[in-house]
Amino acid sequence: MQETIAAVWRIESPKLIARLARMTRDVGRAEDLAADAFVAALAQWPSEGIPRTPGAWLMTTAKRRLIDRVRREKTLAEKTELLQNQPPYDGTEPDFAATYEDIDDDVLRLMFVACHPVLSPEARVALTLKLLGGLTTAEIARAYLSSEATVAQRIVRAKRTLSEARVAFEVPEGHERLQRLPPVLEAVYLIFNEGYAATAGNDVLRPELVEDALRLGRMLARLMPHETEVHGLVALMEIHASRIPARLASDGSAILLLDQDRGKWNHLLIERGLDALARAERLGPLGPYALQASIAACHARAATPDATDWRRIVALYDGLAVITPSPVVELNRSVAVGIAYGPEAALAIVDALVDVPSLHAYHLLPSVRGDLLFKIGRLGEARLEFERALALAGNARDRAFLQKRADECRNGR
Amino acid sequence: MKFMVLVKATADSEAGRIPAREQFESMIAFNEQLANDGVLLACEGLRGSSKGNRLRFDGGRTTVTDGPFAETKELINGFWIVQGKSREEVVERFRHLPFERGEVIEIREFHEPEDFGEVFSEDPQERAGRITL
Repeated sequence: MQETIAAVWRIESPKLIARLARMTRDVGRAEDLAADAFVAALAQWPSEGIPRTPGAWLMTTAKRRLIDRVRREKTLAEKTELLQNQPPYDGTEPDFAATYEDIDDDVLRLMFVACHPVLSPEARVALTLKLLGGLTTAEIARAYLSSEATVAQRIVRAKRTLSEARVAFEVPEGHERLQRLPPVLEAVYLIFNEGYAATAGNDVLRPELVEDALRLGRMLARLMPHETEVHGLVALMEIHASRIPARLASDGSAILLLDQDRGKWNHLLIERGLDALARAERLGPLGPYALQASIAACHARAATPDATDWRRIVALYDGLAVITPSPVVELNRSVAVGIAYGPEAALAIVDALVDVPSLHAYHLLPSVRGDLLFKIGRLGEARLEFERALALAGNARDRAFLQKRADECRNGR
Repeated sequence: MKFMVLVKATADSEAGRIPAREQFESMIAFNEQLANDGVLLACEGLRGSSKGNRLRFDGGRTTVTDGPFAETKELINGFWIVQGKSREEVVERFRHLPFERGEVIEIREFHEPEDFGEVFSEDPQERAGRITL
């Protein structure tokens, strides 16, 4: 029963909060009302049973609470505005479809508000997982190896920030959307990466976060089917996720892409990723997520590492370097160049990155440089680079891998 | 977690009878809702067993039989593959399927790698021929 009620919350809460947010124009208040309705459910459903339409039950309960509160508040104008379109409650269980008419618009509005630029990226992530992912504060805390109190605080502060900034409950259009969409996609991608390649702790992989991100991305693709980068992001995540069964060795360490057993790749997810990429391609010029997805697709289509179209990957990175130039993109480009055109060509690119401030703490830079130097035969320098990378790596598994590579240099192979 | 939801065959599905328009539309709406929630990974309907075969394996010998097959309750008619945090969640989502004539669906969990214990080898040299979905 407990787990079923939790499941109902997970399924219904985003719609519930979205509709209440539209009614009250206040996301924080909406979430409080929804939480109250959930408490009522926890109290009543174990003895009364789960209602036939739990979403409608929760909405009715929350609305009743809202109307009660509004009656107690003094502003006549506010009362009139909110009560205007509410038919008197007559005790019947409302039709689910009517309760959630046009709910997609509201869910989309909620997504944009949760990822508003006035919030920090961490706040956006927490709010997205709570309001749209249907996760409890405890689940978010567990996923991020944080304390429930910390996460709860972050969410409270985020709601207050939104309130103080009087953020409108709207879907941005046109020029404003161009600026408001990237933080939404970024929040989902941050969740994905925390699950797929965790930055701290001893586990490389947190599959639940991966699934949460995929779910959120797919939801977005349904809500905004004409946005090419939404499909691009979904494609990128589906294809990366397809590699999960092949990513970990039995001791929990990460297996590099080129060493993975491709028979273990999840081909259903690959197909879904390629379909999403095709949708992105049909919609117009590819943005950064779609380009990254195209690169991932090159690997996904190759039955073996030797079958990989490395020159196409280099060309895609060249495109990425134009749209979103960054040292990290350059570094990834250098890896592809190294394989397509040889380690010397790649080293030239990497050497130019050595003094870039933003990469000073990035363990992959010395790791890649070490690998290239190793392939050229400059073992002493390679070892120094692997040791430099070792000192920077935040994940225990990465450190173990880099130690092994450093040791290989010492042994001459 | 991933789940497969199997639809058991009925006399109607085996006879190739197409569902009434209303039920079709309800089913489409149901699948759209699953897709809108981001949890639908695949869904397919299967043709009746008259368009199927059985293969039986007995000590090195394989016997092939053509459909149709008589025991309707042994047959399936279609499936979904969905994502969910728990089996209870999938049950809750599928509780609202637009079925009302005694149809039966079955919800099953996908194996996770740890199910295979020591038989599960990560050595790329030793592929056990598992298909992962």
